[in-house]
Amino acid sequence: MKRILPLIILVLGAVYFGSSLRPHHPGGDFHLSEFGELPVLVGGRIKPLDTVARTSLLQMQESQTVRTAGRTLEPIEWFTLLVFDPAKADALQTFKVVNTEVQSLMQINPEEGGAQKRFSFDQLRAHIPDLEKQVQLAGPVEAKQRTAFQSAAMQLYGNLTTYQQLKYSLQDPESPDFLADIREFETSIDKGVAAVRAQVEGKPHDKAAADAVLSLARRFQFIGDFGKLLVIPPPPGAPDSLAWKKVGESLLGSFENDGVDPAVLAWAGLGHSWRNGQAVEFNEIVKLYRAQLSRGYGEALTKTDIETRFNAAAPFYTSMALYVGAFILAICSWLRWPVALGRSAAYLLTLAAITTTLGIAARMWLEGRPPVTNLYSSAVFIGWAAVLLCLALEFFYRNAIASAAAGLIGFCTLLIAHHLSLSGDTLEMMRAVLDSNFWLATHVIVVTIGYSATFVAGALAILYVVLGVFTKVLTQPVAKTLTGMVYGIVCFATLFSLVGTILGGIWADQSWGRFWGWDPKENGALMIVLWNAIILHCRWGGLVKQRGLMNLAIFGNVITGWSWFGTNLLGVGLHSYGFTENGAKVLGAFMVANLVLIGLTFIPREKWVSSTTAESGD
Amino acid sequence: MSLPSNPVLKFFTSLKLTVVLLVLSIVLVFCATLNQVQLGVWGVQAKWFRSFFVWHDFNGVLFPVFPGGFLLGVMLLINLITSHVFRFKLSWKKLGITITHAGLILLLIGEFVTAIYQEEFQMRMDEGETKNYSESPRFVELAVTDITGPEWDQVVAIPAAHLKSPAAIQRPELPFTLKPLAYYPNTVLQMKTQAPTAPESGADRDIGARLAVTPVPLTYKDNERNLPSVLVELNGAGGSLGKWLLSPWLMDSQRFDYEGRTYELSLRFKREYKPFTLQLLDFTHDRYPGTEIPKNFSSKLRLINPQTGEDRQVLVYMNNPLRYQGLTFYQQGFDNNDTTTILQVVRNPGWLIPYISCLMLTLGLFIQFGISLYGFTQRRSAKLAAVKV
Repeated sequence: MKRILPLIILVLGAVYFGSSLRPHHPGGDFHLSEFGELPVLVGGRIKPLDTVARTSLLQMQESQTVRTAGRTLEPIEWFTLLVFDPAKADALQTFKVVNTEVQSLMQINPEEGGAQKRFSFDQLRAHIPDLEKQVQLAGPVEAKQRTAFQSAAMQLYGNLTTYQQLKYSLQDPESPDFLADIREFETSIDKGVAAVRAQVEGKPHDKAAADAVLSLARRFQFIGDFGKLLVIPPPPGAPDSLAWKKVGESLLGSFENDGVDPAVLAWAGLGHSWRNGQAVEFNEIVKLYRAQLSRGYGEALTKTDIETRFNAAAPFYTSMALYVGAFILAICSWLRWPVALGRSAAYLLTLAAITTTLGIAARMWLEGRPPVTNLYSSAVFIGWAAVLLCLALEFFYRNAIASAAAGLIGFCTLLIAHHLSLSGDTLEMMRAVLDSNFWLATHVIVVTIGYSATFVAGALAILYVVLGVFTKVLTQPVAKTLTGMVYGIVCFATLFSLVGTILGGIWADQSWGRFWGWDPKENGALMIVLWNAIILHCRWGGLVKQRGLMNLAIFGNVITGWSWFGTNLLGVGLHSYGFTENGAKVLGAFMVANLVLIGLTFIPREKWVSSTTAESGD
Repeated sequence: MSLPSNPVLKFFTSLKLTVVLLVLSIVLVFCATLNQVQLGVWGVQAKWFRSFFVWHDFNGVLFPVFPGGFLLGVMLLINLITSHVFRFKLSWKKLGITITHAGLILLLIGEFVTAIYQEEFQMRMDEGETKNYSESPRFVELAVTDITGPEWDQVVAIPAAHLKSPAAIQRPELPFTLKPLAYYPNTVLQMKTQAPTAPESGADRDIGARLAVTPVPLTYKDNERNLPSVLVELNGAGGSLGKWLLSPWLMDSQRFDYEGRTYELSLRFKREYKPFTLQLLDFTHDRYPGTEIPKNFSSKLRLINPQTGEDRQVLVYMNNPLRYQGLTFYQQGFDNNDTTTILQVVRNPGWLIPYISCLMLTLGLFIQFGISLYGFTQRRSAKLAAVKV
C-alpha cells in the first residue's frame, strides 16, 4: 500500500484534472456552449460571449454561477436569459449588496438576499432613482476619499448599468419580437426613406411610413447608445478589422448601406428561436453564423473557442484544490509514512504546477504577451514560480517541507488572483506606457521571480516557527536543513530582485528618460533588494543565527507584500493600478500575522514544543 | 579576512555598519514613498534623496530628523571601498562578491552623477509649430529681450533665484536695473474687474496695472505646475521707469521703449535653445476600440539642423525616444484634444553607467551564487552516495 500510494494519489489527481477538461454542454437541446464561443469586441479585444458572461457575473455577484431555487445556472445560461428573455433574468438574484446602508437605501430586506446577500434586479428596480441621487452626490468625491457607503453605492450603480447595457447589446429588450421588427424594417426601409426625403423636401408623402421609419431610427439610436458590446464585425477585408459595431449602430448604418447586416439578423434570429423554444433553429443559426464568421475571422474564432474551453476548465481553480491536497499530504508525512506521503505530496504538487503552467501558457497564447501583464497575472505567476522553486528544493531535500510551503503559497496566490479577478476581464489590454513585450518579458518576469523567492524564504521561515513552537517536528537536523534552504533561497531572491529592479530602471531610461524615478513601485522593489541584502550581510557577519535568519526572512514577507500591493494603495506614480479597500484590510492582516509569527520566536527556545524532543541548535 | 586594528578603520570597514546603513536606507525609501502622497515625486527627491539630511519643520524651526540619501550613499560608498581595500583579500572564491560590489559602487556613483548633472526639460508643440528651444518644467527666468534690431534679438535671462531677494539686478547689456519688489512662487492672476476683492498687483505699467494677484500654496502634483509672479521696478539713470507685473500666466511679453530702443519683458519657464529645430507634423493618439484605454501616442517630427544640413522626419512614441546630440526626447503627454504633444527632453551624461553596473552586478551574483550552488550540489551528491553505500 505504502509503495503504490503516491501513484494512486497521482492518478486520482490526474483524473480530477482530466475531468475539468471534459466539454460542458449547458442549455440542454440548445447548444449554448457553441453560442458562448461566438466572438464580440469589448474592452478593446475580441472575446467570446462566455467570457463576457463570466466577468460580468464576477463583477456583479463575485461568483461565476447563478443559484436559482431549482438549480445552478452556468454563466452562459444566465447570459442567454439576460439578452434574449430579460424579464426572466430580472428575477434572478445576481447583485451582491453587502453594505447595510445601501441595503436600506434600496429598501431591500437583507434576509431575502440569503447568506450571500444577492438580490435580483426586480428587488432593486424600484429604488434605482434614489441610488442615482446618491451616486450623483458621491461622484465628485475622489475614489480614495469615499466612505464605504459611497463606494458601495457607486459599485452597485456601476453593476446595474452594466447589466442594463448588456440587455441592449444583442437586440432591443423592449421589443416582443425583434426579428419581426427587423424583417419589417427591411421591407419598408426604401419606402420609408423615400417618404422621409419627400417630407423634408415638402412634397406629398406617406406620413405613416415616414413616422414609422423615424421612430425606428430613434429606437436604433437608443439601443446603439445604450448597448455595451460591439457584436457586428466589419465585412471581411475591411481596412480596420477592429471596427466592430453595436447592433443599434449597424442598424442605423443600414439606412446608407444596402440593407441590414446579416450579423444583426443572426443575433435577432437567435433571440427569436430562444424565446420560442426552437432549439433546432437556434443551433442552426449558431452554425451558420460561425460559418459566415470563419471567412475573415477564422483566427478570432479559434481563439474564442479556446478561451471558452479555458474558461470552463478553470485550470487555476483545479490547481488550487491540488495545492490544498499537496499541503495536507505534506503535513501528514511528518506524522506518519514520511516517504510515501512526502512523495505523494510532491507528485500532487508537480501535477498542480503542470496545470498552472498550462493555464499560464493558454493565457499567453490568447493574449500574445509574456505571462505577467497585470496584478492578476502577477499573482498567478508569483505562485507558479514559487512552486517551481519549492519543487527544486524538494528534489534536493525530500523532507516535504518545501512541498508544504509550495502548497501554502500556491493556494494563497491563486486565492488572491481569484479576488483580483472580481474587478473585471483579466486579459485586459495593455496601456501604452507598459506596451513593450521585450520589457514585460525581462524586467517584469525577473522581478516577479524575485518576489516569489522572497515569499518562499518567508514561507519556509514561517514553517520553521510554527513547527518549532507548536510541534515536535523541528528536530535539530530539520532546523539545520531549513536554515540552509532559507539561506539558499535568499541568495536566489537577491539575485533576481536586484537584476529585475535594475532592468526596470533600464526600461524607465529607455521609455521615459530617467533610470530611477523614485516611483512607489520602484521603491518597493528596491526595498526588497535592500532587505535581501541585509539578510545576507547579517548572516555573513554572524549578526544573526538560526532564529534571527528566520525572523528576517519572515519580515521579507511584509516588505514584499508592501511592494506588491501596498504601493498601489498610495495612488501615485506610473504603476498605480486598481486595488480595493478590502485588499488593504487583507494586506494589513497579512502583515500583522507575519509580525505575530516573528513575535513567537521571542518565546524562549526551551519552551518550544520542539525543544522537548531533542536539543536544537541556535 | 584581515581585521584592521585602527578604530576608525574598524568602524568604516565593519559589516555592522553595512547592515545599519542598509536598514536606514530601507526606512528612508519607505518614508519617502509615503511622503510622496503629499510632496509629489520632485519634492520627495529634494527632501529625502538628494540631500545629506532630511529636515523637518517643527513650528518654523528646521531640524535634521534622518540621514538623507546623499549621506547614506556616501557612507555606503566609503564602507564598501574601505572594506575592499583593508578587509577583504582578493581571492577567486570572492570574485563574485568583488565584481558585485564594484558594480554597486559604479551604480552609486552613477546616481550621484545623475543627481548632479541630469537636466530635464519639456517641449510643448502644437501641430505645425516649430521650436528651437525646450522649457524647464519647474524653473522660471525673467527674460529681457532687446528687439530693436530687425536682424536678431538680444536676450538677457535672469534666473528666478535672483528675483527672490530685493537687491537690484544690474547687467552690462541693459541700460537700466531691475529691482524685484515682490516674488510669489505660485499665484493666480485675474483681471481686477473680475476679482474686486483680490489684492492689487502693485504694477503701474501695461497689463499688470489691471491685474489682481492672489498667492496660492505650492503644488506638488505631477500634473500641475507652479505659476509664479514677480513685481519688478525698472530704474534708469533718470529714475524709475515704472513697475511691471510678470508671470508665465501672461502669454504675451510686455513691450516698452527706452532711450530709443525697444524691449520686451516676460517671466517664462527657463528655456534652453538648441542649434536645431523640431516641428510637430502630426500627433496621433490611438485608443483600443470601444474603450478609453490609450493604445499608443506618437509624434511625427521634422528635425532640421542647419549646421549639419540634416532635414529628416522622426517618429517618437512610447518606449521609442529620439536620441540626438546628447539629448533624449520622450513622448510624455499630450493636450488640446490630441493636437499638442508634450515631449520630455532629458540630458543625462551618466546614462550609460547603470547599464554597465547592471551587467557587473548580474555577473557577480551569478558567479558567487553559482560557486555556492555548485559546492552545495557536490556535497549533496557525496552525501547521498554515502547514504546509499
